This record gives sequence, C-alpha cells and structure tokens, in this order.
Amino acid sequence: MAKAADKTGSWGKKNLKRKAVTEEPQEATVAGDEATESGVQPPKAAAFPPGFSISKIKNKQQQHLMFIWQLRKNLKNREALGDKAPPKPVPKTIDNQRVYDETIVDPNDEEVAYDEATDEFASYFNKLLPRFSSQHQIDLMGEHAFQDFTDLIVINEDRKTPNGLILSHLPNGPTAHFKMSSVRLRKEIKRRGKDPTEHRPEIILNNFTTRLGHSIGRMFASLFPHNPQFIGRQVATFHNQQDYIFFRFHRYIFKSEKKAGIQELGPRFTLKLRSLQKGTFDSKYGEYEWVHKPREMDTSRRKFHL
Amino acid sequence: MAAAVARWNHVWVGTETGILKGVNLQRKQATNFTAAGQPRREEAVSVLCWGAGGETQILVGCADGTVKRFGTEEGVFQGQRHCPGGEGAFRGLRPGRRLLELRVGPGLCRMRQDPARPHVVATGGKENALKVWDLQGSEEPVFRAKNVRNDWLDLRVPIWDQDIQFLPGSQKLVTCTGYHQVRVYDPASPQRRPVLETTYGEYPLTAMTLTPEGNSVIVGNTHGQLAEIDLRQGRLLGCLKGLAGSVRGLQCHPSKPLLASCGLDRVLRIHRIRNPRGLEHKVYLKSRLNCLLLSGRDNWEDEPQEPQEPGELPSEDRETDELWASLEAAAKRKLPDSEPAQGALQSRRRKKKRAGSTSP
Repeated sequence: MAKAADKTGSWGKKNLKRKAVTEEPQEATVAGDEATESGVQPPKAAAFPPGFSISKIKNKQQQHLMFIWQLRKNLKNREALGDKAPPKPVPKTIDNQRVYDETIVDPNDEEVAYDEATDEFASYFNKLLPRFSSQHQIDLMGEHAFQDFTDLIVINEDRKTPNGLILSHLPNGPTAHFKMSSVRLRKEIKRRGKDPTEHRPEIILNNFTTRLGHSIGRMFASLFPHNPQFIGRQVATFHNQQDYIFFRFHRYIFKSEKKAGIQELGPRFTLKLRSLQKGTFDSKYGEYEWVHKPREMDTSRRKFHL
Repeated sequence: MAAAVARWNHVWVGTETGILKGVNLQRKQATNFTAAGQPRREEAVSVLCWGAGGETQILVGCADGTVKRFGTEEGVFQGQRHCPGGEGAFRGLRPGRRLLELRVGPGLCRMRQDPARPHVVATGGKENALKVWDLQGSEEPVFRAKNVRNDWLDLRVPIWDQDIQFLPGSQKLVTCTGYHQVRVYDPASPQRRPVLETTYGEYPLTAMTLTPEGNSVIVGNTHGQLAEIDLRQGRLLGCLKGLAGSVRGLQCHPSKPLLASCGLDRVLRIHRIRNPRGLEHKVYLKSRLNCLLLSGRDNWEDEPQEPQEPGELPSEDRETDELWASLEAAAKRKLPDSEPAQGALQSRRRKKKRAGSTSP
C-alpha cells in the first residue's frame, strides 16, 4: 500500500520535474548532456517521499540529471559547513576490504624471523651467488648437472604462447608452479626504451605480506644477483595484487628530487601461484607446502593468500 | 605460570624449527617450548609420543639424534638422551626401559607400537615390507608381509609403507602407502598378502589414523586431501576439506568425533568427523608442523584441577630416575644400519642398503 503510494508519489514528483524540464524543451533536446545539466535547474521545493533512491529511477537521462543535482547539493552543503564538515568517506575497494589473514607476517615475530633466516634461501641472503646461464639441460633433475646453478626455470607453452612457469630452487629448495598470462615480449611492447644493458638490476617486491607471500618473494629475490648495480638504473618489479603477481622491467632516471621518469624495457607478464612444493620438482611424489584449490579457497572475493 | 599453561593444552605439535608447541583450543592459543630457549633447525622434531605414566610426559624425537623428555605438568624439558646408530631421522618412538637394537633394513618410514601389546612393534618403509616384531622374542620378525601379486602388466608392484596402525580387538594391521593404497594385513590368517586393499587419490598417502569406532581409517596425502575409508568394505566414506599442504600428522580423539591434523601449510586443524563433518578449529602456528599428539582427555572446557585420565598406552613401564643410569646394553652390531632403542625405542630410516641385511 505504502509502496504503491510512494510510487505514485514519486511518479508525481518526476512528472512535476518532467514538466519543469519540458518548459524548455528546445534547450533540452538540442543541446548535449552537459548543456542540459547547466541549463536546467532543479525545482526549489524538492521534497522526496521516504524510501526514494536515485538508483531506482529507470530513465537513464533523468537518473543522471538527478544524480548531478544531488552531487552539486552535497558540494554546496560541504562548502557551507567549511571546517565543521565531516571527513570525506573513504570509498570501499577490494584491497581495503580484504579479509584479515592470520598468516600475515608481523615484522617483530621472532619465530617467523628464525624460520626465514634458516630456510632454503638463507645462503643467498647471507652471501652472493653469481651464476646465470640460459643453457638447455637435458637431464633435468640429475645431481651432477646442477652444481653451479641456483635455480631452474621451466616455461611451459601452448601453441607458441607461454602459459606456465615452474621455478625450482636448487639444490633441494622449494618449487613454485605459476600460471602465466598476459605475456608481452620485448618486441611487442610499445614505446619501450633501448635494450637492457648487462647491469644487474634492482628488485622491488610489492605487497607480499603473508607467510606464503614471503616465501615466494624470497624465491623471486634469490633469482637475481645479490648486489645490484645502481649505475645501470634498471629495476625489476614483482607487484602482488589480489594474488596476481605482475612482473615489469624498467629503466628509471631522476629528473629532479621528486620526479622520476621510467622507460619500460623488458618483458612483462602476470603470474598466479598454483602450488608450492617443498623439494625439487616432483609432481607425483613430492610434498606440497601449498596447493591452490579453487573450490575451497576461492569462495570469498575478499580473501587472498599471497 | 608455564606449568599451569602446559597442563591446559589439548594438542602438542612438533615443528621443523625444533619447537614443541602446546595448543589450547578453547582460547586458540599456542605456547612454544624449546629445550635450549632458542629454536634450532637441527633439532627438528620428527616424532612425538606419550611417555609412560598417563599423559604427563612426552617423548620428543629430534633430528640430531636426541630424544628429549618433556613434562606436561611443569612445562619443562626434563632430560635427553642421545641415540646413536643408524642414519636419518627418527620414525617411531615407544617408551620402555631396556636398550634394544633391531636390524630392520634400509628405507624405513614408520615404526608403530601396538597399544594393546606394548612389546609388539611393526615397521615398514620404502622397499621395506611390513614386519611385526616381538621385542621379547627372537631377533626375527614374527610376521613378514608378502608383496601383492604382479599387476596387470606383470610388473612388480613397488612397496612404500608410509604409516601403520594396529586395529584394536584383533591382530590386524592397516598400512597406507606412498602409491596411494590402503591395505589391511592379518597375521592370524595363513596368507601373508593383504586381506584388503583399496586406493585413494593420486598422491602419496602420508599419514593415517583410526577412528574411535575402529571400523574406518582417515588418511591424508601430500596434496592435503583427507579421506575416511571404511575397512569392512574398502570404500570411501567421505572427505574433509581445508588443508592446503601435505599432511604430516593425524590423530583422532579416542572418544569424541574429533580429528587433529597438521601439515606443511603451518596450520593445525581440528575437524569433526561425523554429524556433521566439518572444520571445528583452526590455529595458525608459524612453522612447518611435523607431528602431533592429541590429548585423550574428555573435559576440554575447564582447566582441569583433578589429575588427568590415563592415556592410551598402558602404564606398566614406569620411568624412574634410575632409568637413565641403569640401562641394559644389548649386543651392539658392527653394521651401522642397526636400530637402537633404549629408554625409548626408536627406529631410523636407513639411506643405503647394506649387504647381509634382511630384505623384504
């Protein structure tokens, strides 16, 4: 009953406004949307019935008009209040609505610090390991083949597009399996800088907060040489957002104290972790430290694991 | 204070960093206990078992070859014993008094004591078939299992026994293997091959526990999948969700329908196994977890003032202070793949096969 009355009431109000608008039909129809908004003023006595919401108006142009009037009114009220205005509400985003994860590492936690200081990457973070080679190894997990290497990267491709990455830390370190997407090779990147030089890049690891994220972050960091050459001004970034890891390779230059320009150099791709295995690559008999199970882990849109 | 806290813990978990954690599930709190005050990765806990005398003592087997005693009333490590001989980490612990050695063979994965007959012990491992030993009897195993028949391609089926349990009320044993099989053996029957065999999943099964009724087992594999398998028919009853990493320890409560599980994903979970099946508690413990011990007592709600109920093991062997001093040394073998046992009976995993060792 009340609803019907409301509806008729709101219809009535809208009809009133329609009539107000159609008083100047030529301006409304001839001019564009912007002109319409500036040309037409909201009626002074605009008393809405309770329960009225702008989003329920089905007419898109009318809805937009009403919304702009509302915004202008809010702005005027805010300016009128001056200093006494309440603080602006922060909009909700998925990142700031993230469900609290108990595995987020506390920087003061001693146990986790000890665990990290003595894990498989400890030898890298304590001294430097300079080996790098892109040779193709046939005997993948034979012990003799890998005395001088620290990591093994296997890129899986399907019809000439890479779609998977297996990163295995040697000699007996963890193996991470990623799904790779959005791969752009150097020649496909538009407006890129000149080819990267041989200088060792710096690494940026963003937003790896949980314990699992820490392990993966350390794994990425141990891929690159320990001591970057700042002369080269090259930086590789691994940015984690909502469980997707974005890899970018840039060259930066400081134009002034506060401004820096960047040129994108190298390949860019996106990774998503599928599993982290404790030993070297053994998908059949290996023990997994973390396996992504979509039906169990992806039930909430605000819960992330890295 | 540490003493009071130590008594209220429902679950004891051993980690890879050498810390023994006591977890109180009512408050979802974990307390760390270390022997040296600092965690040490060399002392990674590989096996836990209740000591003699109810649930007041825990025997902790560490990776550096020591077995430590921990008192749950006081919350303090009381003593330790170095157990040389053999290679690798401990695979099983059993409280006892005498020093014993057994030559079991290489590749051992698990040793378990029969809770009904404490002098009977079963061992099994990778390419090391299931053997049941009587510690009071001869040096030869009482029962040695035979491998199943060749498969449909006429190839030998490999052996990898990861966990063993004794079924209550009979002489039967259940094993779970790294080739995702669950087998039941009956030493009383004339056949040495398994009486029942089922498979679950595609990944190695790493841990197993019996349910309170004794008709089914719950197994866990390296992918974190938990399944309840009925042993009368060999069929899957249901699965439990939640784990993300390899399952390292499983234990059911003796009377309540609760299952404690721990694994490499650093979380201790308590599931309810029936009506309805689901997750009850989840506690994040910051290190990788290797093994756990669930307290068998019934009252979980209040802090117990009265003495606790006796644990699952019969308390016939009483450990006294003279234990560490008076040990009967058995004849030691020259070959290093012997299995030493003393105040506690342990077994170790052999890395190499020695000539003359017993083969499956």
